[in-house]
Amino acid sequence: MDQITNRQAICGVLCAAAREDKDIIVACSDSRGSASLTPFAREFPEQFVELGIAEQNLVAVSAGLAACGKKVFAASPASFLSTRSYEQVKVDVAYSKTNVTLLGISGGISYGALGMTHHSCQDIAAFCALSDMRVYLPSDRFQTARLVEALLQDEKPAYIRVSRQASEDIYKEGMDLTLNKANVLSEGRDVAVIACGEMVSHAVRAAKLLEAEGISAGVVDMYCLKPMDEAAVIRAAGKAELVVTVEEHSPYGGLGSMVAQIVSANCPRKVLNIALPDEHLIAGNSREVFRAYGMDAEGIAKRVASEMKHGTIRKGQREGGAV
Amino acid sequence: MNETELLRKKAYELRRDIIEMVYRSRAGHVGGDLSVIDILTTLYYHVMNVSPERRNDPDRDRFLLSKGHCVDALYCVLGDLGYFDKQEAIGTFSQFGSRFIGHPNTEVPGIELNSGSLGHGISVGVGMALAAKMNGQDYRTYVVCGDGEMEEGSNYEGMMAAGHYKLDNLCVTVDVNNLQISGRTRDVMCSESLGRKFEDFGFHVIEVADGNDCAQLVRAYEEAKNVKDRPSAVIAHTVKGKGVSFMEDAASWHHGVLNEEQYRQAMAELEEKEASLWIR
Repeated sequence: MDQITNRQAICGVLCAAAREDKDIIVACSDSRGSASLTPFAREFPEQFVELGIAEQNLVAVSAGLAACGKKVFAASPASFLSTRSYEQVKVDVAYSKTNVTLLGISGGISYGALGMTHHSCQDIAAFCALSDMRVYLPSDRFQTARLVEALLQDEKPAYIRVSRQASEDIYKEGMDLTLNKANVLSEGRDVAVIACGEMVSHAVRAAKLLEAEGISAGVVDMYCLKPMDEAAVIRAAGKAELVVTVEEHSPYGGLGSMVAQIVSANCPRKVLNIALPDEHLIAGNSREVFRAYGMDAEGIAKRVASEMKHGTIRKGQREGGAV
Repeated sequence: MNETELLRKKAYELRRDIIEMVYRSRAGHVGGDLSVIDILTTLYYHVMNVSPERRNDPDRDRFLLSKGHCVDALYCVLGDLGYFDKQEAIGTFSQFGSRFIGHPNTEVPGIELNSGSLGHGISVGVGMALAAKMNGQDYRTYVVCGDGEMEEGSNYEGMMAAGHYKLDNLCVTVDVNNLQISGRTRDVMCSESLGRKFEDFGFHVIEVADGNDCAQLVRAYEEAKNVKDRPSAVIAHTVKGKGVSFMEDAASWHHGVLNEEQYRQAMAELEEKEASLWIR
């Protein structure tokens, strides 16, 4: 893929906004290059704060800046931002309701063979558990740009996770984004696939593979993990026999867990959670790792088809029945 | 009576409010309250450019109580200055549904930011001081830490950044009362040469031999205001429990609860001390 990454899309939006607003600040922890924010640092040296390799300080200083009227975007690898500086996020950003947007770059298993230290497979669970924190995993560059534009309009804390590599395009430039409303990409009669982040593209392709097998799967892009668009979950799940969640995250406390809570309370049916396993992950690039764990399009399609054919769900089981 | 004598008297008056608050609530951190109260009194009644009327003024000085568990003392100061009804704070501190909880929170007028976990204030203060530099504002940022708190590693990240950015509008005070919950600070974890640590990170360090003496504190903060291109650290050597004989220099009073007899004795001692200041 030769298209720009989601990180670059964020930098583009922040540069455009900073030209008009001197209160927009980017803070980094020796991460300007990794975050693709070097162009911002070069164009706006007075609006760029380098904190060095010190993620706790990155977040607390950002909160202090925000408490004095700045609109701060603090960028660091998602792995460190969601663990090393978790208490600063909890106290100085979420609890204090400071205008800080945390940019978790190279999220999930983006760093591939660098190993478990660099994976962030717990960030959705960790940040969603903080009151007053919002959590977003945009699926492509166009949605990422619109999301950052939307977040620039308010003063509340947020966390955005993006991948290191370019994501496949799901949308077109200027796509329609209503903050905290999921994007329904396709409708399906049999299966509702709810995905977030980079997994949305795998889910879309999986739905096409399933269609060839006679299984109608709709796809919902749940880029807003918190606040989650509950109505969209209920609408999609209510029409389907099986709900499938796909996330680049631990099986605990992420998209699958939250969707299961909503579905069980509102429209009970089986929820199949496709996520990374709860173990020391295999080394490899994202493509290799997703394939190894059955999280690429083929893997997702295979597991859904198997569930529909051999699982407890039988096609037509609920036809005419109460839901 | 000159101004520093008035400050001394005010600090003893506030000590009685603190004792009233912690006695009624059976909560709080009385030992640290009594060590830090002279620092708070000097800052709020003499040094800082703050007032209840200007609590949202962008140019007000900023204050962060990083040793947030001593918020009882800060509530007494803010209430006394008129940020809110002091009697409400004394009467509801740490009670069900109260906004006067055991750590600083912004529901209480005058509190800049929510805090409580140790080791945050210096870094947050760096952000506030940086914002002033970016905006060309003259306000100063004051952070008060405890000596036990300096065991938190995050402080040193903040100190590094303060020195790097030459934040001469940032002043960190450490209330060195030599005690923490488990005992002597030096026995719990080696924390010697605190001043040198600040110096190594680029701070101008001012040692205050008696951090319970408002006159010495006034001189220290005046010196800090005149420092250019470096942040300042005021290392204030205090006595935990200062002013109440049976609490002084005793770790057990970190968050001790007074019985009625102790309450009466503490109040009597403080009244006597305050009265003696009047006739000096």
